[in-house]
Amino acid sequence: MIDAVGEPQSVLVLGGSSEIALATVEALPRTRLRRVVLAGRPSAEIDRAAAHLGALGIPSVETTLFDAADTGSHGAFVDGVFDDGDVDIVLLCFGVLGDQAEAEADPTKAVEVATVNYTGAVSVGLNVAQRLRRQGHGKLVVLSSVAGDRARRSNYVYGSTKAGLDAFAQGLGDALVGSGASVLIVRPGMVRTRMSDGLPEAPMTTDPEVVGSAIVQALRKGKSVIYVPGPLRFLMTAVKAVPRPLFRRLPQ
Amino acid sequence: MTAESPLMATDNDRLLTGWGRTAPSRATVRSPSTYDEVAEAIQEAGPRGVLARGLGRSYGDAAQSGGATVFDMTGLHRFELDIDSGTVTADAGASIDEILRAIVPAGFFVPVTAGTRFVTVGGAIAADIHGKNHHVEGSFGSHVVSMLVVDGTGHELVLSPTDSTTKDMFWATVGGMGLTGVIVEATFRLLAIETSSMSVDTVRCHDLDDVMARMIEGDDDYRYSVAWIDSVAPSGRGVLTRGDHARREQLTRKQVDAPLAYATPALPSAPAFIPNGLLNSASVRAFNEAWFRKHPKSRSNEIHSIPGFFHPLDGVRDWNRVYGPQGFLQYQFVVPDEAGWIVERTLSRLRDAGAPSFLTVLKRFGPANPAPLSFPHAGWTLAADVPAGNEALAPILDELDELVAEAGGRLYFAKDSRQSPSMVARTYPRLAEWHSVRDQMDPRGVFTSDLGRRLSL
Repeated sequence: MIDAVGEPQSVLVLGGSSEIALATVEALPRTRLRRVVLAGRPSAEIDRAAAHLGALGIPSVETTLFDAADTGSHGAFVDGVFDDGDVDIVLLCFGVLGDQAEAEADPTKAVEVATVNYTGAVSVGLNVAQRLRRQGHGKLVVLSSVAGDRARRSNYVYGSTKAGLDAFAQGLGDALVGSGASVLIVRPGMVRTRMSDGLPEAPMTTDPEVVGSAIVQALRKGKSVIYVPGPLRFLMTAVKAVPRPLFRRLPQ
Repeated sequence: MTAESPLMATDNDRLLTGWGRTAPSRATVRSPSTYDEVAEAIQEAGPRGVLARGLGRSYGDAAQSGGATVFDMTGLHRFELDIDSGTVTADAGASIDEILRAIVPAGFFVPVTAGTRFVTVGGAIAADIHGKNHHVEGSFGSHVVSMLVVDGTGHELVLSPTDSTTKDMFWATVGGMGLTGVIVEATFRLLAIETSSMSVDTVRCHDLDDVMARMIEGDDDYRYSVAWIDSVAPSGRGVLTRGDHARREQLTRKQVDAPLAYATPALPSAPAFIPNGLLNSASVRAFNEAWFRKHPKSRSNEIHSIPGFFHPLDGVRDWNRVYGPQGFLQYQFVVPDEAGWIVERTLSRLRDAGAPSFLTVLKRFGPANPAPLSFPHAGWTLAADVPAGNEALAPILDELDELVAEAGGRLYFAKDSRQSPSMVARTYPRLAEWHSVRDQMDPRGVFTSDLGRRLSL
């Protein structure tokens, strides 16, 4: 249970090596936190994340195998985590950026991005939603992106998966009204992580820690959608209003 | 034909919270109308279990259980007064309110009443509630003669504190927060009264030391005693109100005409929507100042009504809404006499947090009863209402918990919505003993609550 003053006891991270997820867990109040499950493919990053959280004094930090693309395994995976105890917060933070040019040359590369970012998220998201509804409480945080707000020439494969994920998460949030569970959609702009390493910085580029604390604040206030940083909301409203012939010509 | 969605809400789905309106969870609510229905539902319990709920006056998550079947017990509310033995036998869902309306005109009063009369008999036992007379007469469970409880296998048990085969189960259920079984009926002793009036002595005290000294000195002379503390004033000034049921000769000639008349005024309810932050330091200060001034400096043998003396907040329906959508919590602890300084420290730390309590009550407890999880123990108990949305609050309450635990005190489950499992393990030393009786009464672990899960009870 997340208690009356907003302190959670258990967190499941889907995408356990995500820097944003790690920063979010770090920003959570920790005095009641007793279980963190980092789910993802085995990697040095996920092991480092587990060691880091363990060193913060969280009593139980587990890493467990989760493959977003292997949708057939999701049901058993989610049941396994929830059967060991209620989960208060689920951070759905996995995703790949892919390479737009490569995807256009080899569509199977685009399918990989779509499978992980969208298909995998829909699959595990619905499995998680069923268990949250059954336990009657809990928060699902879905890491979307402003890239889904408007498709851009330079990364529309990635952007379209986030657009799909975002629409999915909106509908899922509506489906869960009255269930005790809720969905928080997070739309960050560009974040300085491994994913964006080497790319030119966009306006309002931010750090994982900023996204993490924004998520924790939003959970506390019971919000359903946030942009990080907050003013991106207004920028994206403007961006969406730009006519396509003009938008195409803007520097991407 | 489309499949039925597992995400679809059912007609019986409800989001439940405690009186503090924090941390809701969804449950399937059923309203049993017979004891058998309770037993059947327990036998058919799903993996999320079952829990009984009364009028939802516990402040935190004691009467809610995410994903479980929650019994709304208020549909089972028959009761019978036995004038000869001076007892009432009541369904668990009967409220102290409805019982008082029947028994006061007959010359009886409940043995213990909390600050609200909207408490069910089942809830009164499960939380082992206390009132202003604890220092003299103990808590509610001490006045229960017997009860009927449906255990975790769906069997009805008759439990009595004097029967050697059931007394352990009796006392595990008193204060057991509904986790040993579903109480469906109880018989408890009443207090005989001559009049429905209260004879009250009131004294305004200039600081906290003054309040506490007077309580130590004089409480034993009164059946009922409680102090209201001005949480805003650094002095901790307060108003001490003590009294007893008035005798006939204390009434005026007019009052004597109907000495047992009992009326509970139906009063306005709080507005449906109140924004967060309405109760800020300024409004709490103004309220506390006015409350202090409203009382006479000192007055003896004043005649008050039962609702006015025991249940002043029941005059405003849904007063819990004044804290806004983020809700509130009540921090209530008991510490032994020698740790009375923690009262002052608590008030000052809450002021530091910018979370002065709207309503703060100080009282002295008498000795504990045999129930392993019963809250009251001899010493001081302080109850302070604070808004849950205050971000500075969590670490300060943890710091106060530490002092309370160190001093040999504990927190009240019926008020708690945020303590840690380790705090419970440390401050309820008889927890293991309670667990063994609970496991015997509920071998399948059917009875669950959010409180139980949160605190690993």
